[in-house]
Amino acid sequence: MYSDKVMDHFKNPRNVGEIENPDGVGEVGNPVCGDIMNIYLKIENNIITDAKFKTFGCGAAIASSSMATELVKGKTLEEAWDVSNKAVADALEGLPPIKMHCSVLAEEGIHKAINNYRKKQGLPEWEEKNPHSHEHEDVTCEH
Amino acid sequence: MGEKRIIYLDHAATTPVKPSVADTMWSCMNTHFGNPSSIYRIARESRNAIETSRAQVAKAVGAEPGEIFFTSGGSESDNWAIKGVAFANRKKGNHIITSAIEHHAVLHTCQYLEKEGFTVTYLPVDHYGLIDPADLERAITEKTILISIMYANNEIGTIEPVAELGAIARKHKIPFHTDAVQAIGNVPIDVRTQNIDLLSLSAHKFYGPKGCGALYIRKGTRIDNLIHGGGQENRRRAGTENIAAIVGMGKAIGLATADIEWHNTQIRTLRDRLLNGILEKIPHARLNGHPEKRLPSNINISFEFIEGESMLLWLDDEGICASTGSACTSGSLEPSHVLLAIGLPHEVAHGSLRLTLGDANTEADVDFVLEVLPKVVSRLRAMSPLYKGEKEEKRNV
Repeated sequence: MYSDKVMDHFKNPRNVGEIENPDGVGEVGNPVCGDIMNIYLKIENNIITDAKFKTFGCGAAIASSSMATELVKGKTLEEAWDVSNKAVADALEGLPPIKMHCSVLAEEGIHKAINNYRKKQGLPEWEEKNPHSHEHEDVTCEH
Repeated sequence: MGEKRIIYLDHAATTPVKPSVADTMWSCMNTHFGNPSSIYRIARESRNAIETSRAQVAKAVGAEPGEIFFTSGGSESDNWAIKGVAFANRKKGNHIITSAIEHHAVLHTCQYLEKEGFTVTYLPVDHYGLIDPADLERAITEKTILISIMYANNEIGTIEPVAELGAIARKHKIPFHTDAVQAIGNVPIDVRTQNIDLLSLSAHKFYGPKGCGALYIRKGTRIDNLIHGGGQENRRRAGTENIAAIVGMGKAIGLATADIEWHNTQIRTLRDRLLNGILEKIPHARLNGHPEKRLPSNINISFEFIEGESMLLWLDDEGICASTGSACTSGSLEPSHVLLAIGLPHEVAHGSLRLTLGDANTEADVDFVLEVLPKVVSRLRAMSPLYKGEKEEKRNV
């Protein structure tokens, strides 16, 4: 069901944990739906110097969190913002169709953490323009 | 690298075919190819093989052989019982009573009938998954034409008070169907004393082949056919018989019901060793289903703060086959309807694990799971934002 890459990131997740005094935090998902992702970012001079996560969820959710944090590390905020859910899924060598929302959640988590940082800096929050970002809304389960 | 050891703990999903059953099927396939509906000797031999199996199945549930009809499995038996009785009694009424925790073969059939103009009452269950017979009595109306309540639940293992429910149905002269797919071999079943009019069975749940089941229909029960065509199964179920599978089912049910007491004691002892070990070693774990009125092979347990699929992946990595009620393995976003019906919050339902033991499991299997599972749970909790570690431990002391 899962690619070797997904299994690798599930079994050996990179960047698990929290960052003390993070510059940006993104909390997305819902325990009701079975997945919650918390993304923590350390940002210096507009560059993400560290990224960590904590995730409650299935194998795809954990692997997506791991891969997304890997992908944004070392990137500028602009570059990190452009890391799409598809980029996360592609880097994982694909996700099963019913698990694509896990990669969407990861993208949203990164976006939320970046905006959390911008807000704290007194900067205007960036708008979600990727249509994928709204995909998760459609599949959000009933509360 | 050598073959990895497999510890199979998903017997509620399916069981391996017993070697003696496979031998019987193999020899049957090699000898009885004649169409049982034909007239010549080799056809009569096929026919005799089927009738022997029918008698074995009948004996296992206390029925007459003429009341046993072979089907393609549990789902067909459930579909036939429910649609067949509903359509045959349409002039008398359109109300069906079932429960909220039935298998989807029953629930989705009832939902289909709702679209066809029937009304269905889904009886609630308590937090153990038990149906209150008083609720059934209250739900009956003049229009009720069928009651269908499972014998034992496939997820949480709770055994329903079937004889009592059947007695209520009998008193009101309403046909009573029970899906006994999980119960057979675990509980002594007697359709006469337990007031059962229709009962579904599936061979692959008791070490028989897949693709074969049976429906017991009490003599005199009004029921339409589901599969139309030839005159097989006393003109009740068309289609040339799967002789080898039917013979395998007969052999398997004989073995499964030969000594239920002894078998249950064995498996319950092993199950309790596993269950108690889990509860002892893993905090924030709760047993789902009834502590005593449950199948001797079943464990269904929720681990807070983690999700079921990720548990299964880790267990699979260690060669342990298990199952979960989390949405993440079902292709939908809703967790198990059974776990929600017993009142579990969604997030706790997502963290459920079902372990169902079988004949081949050993103490060594159980001890291996007890070694692996706590590590899996800790590893996942360590990365869960819901788990606050030490603080959680103290809160619950």
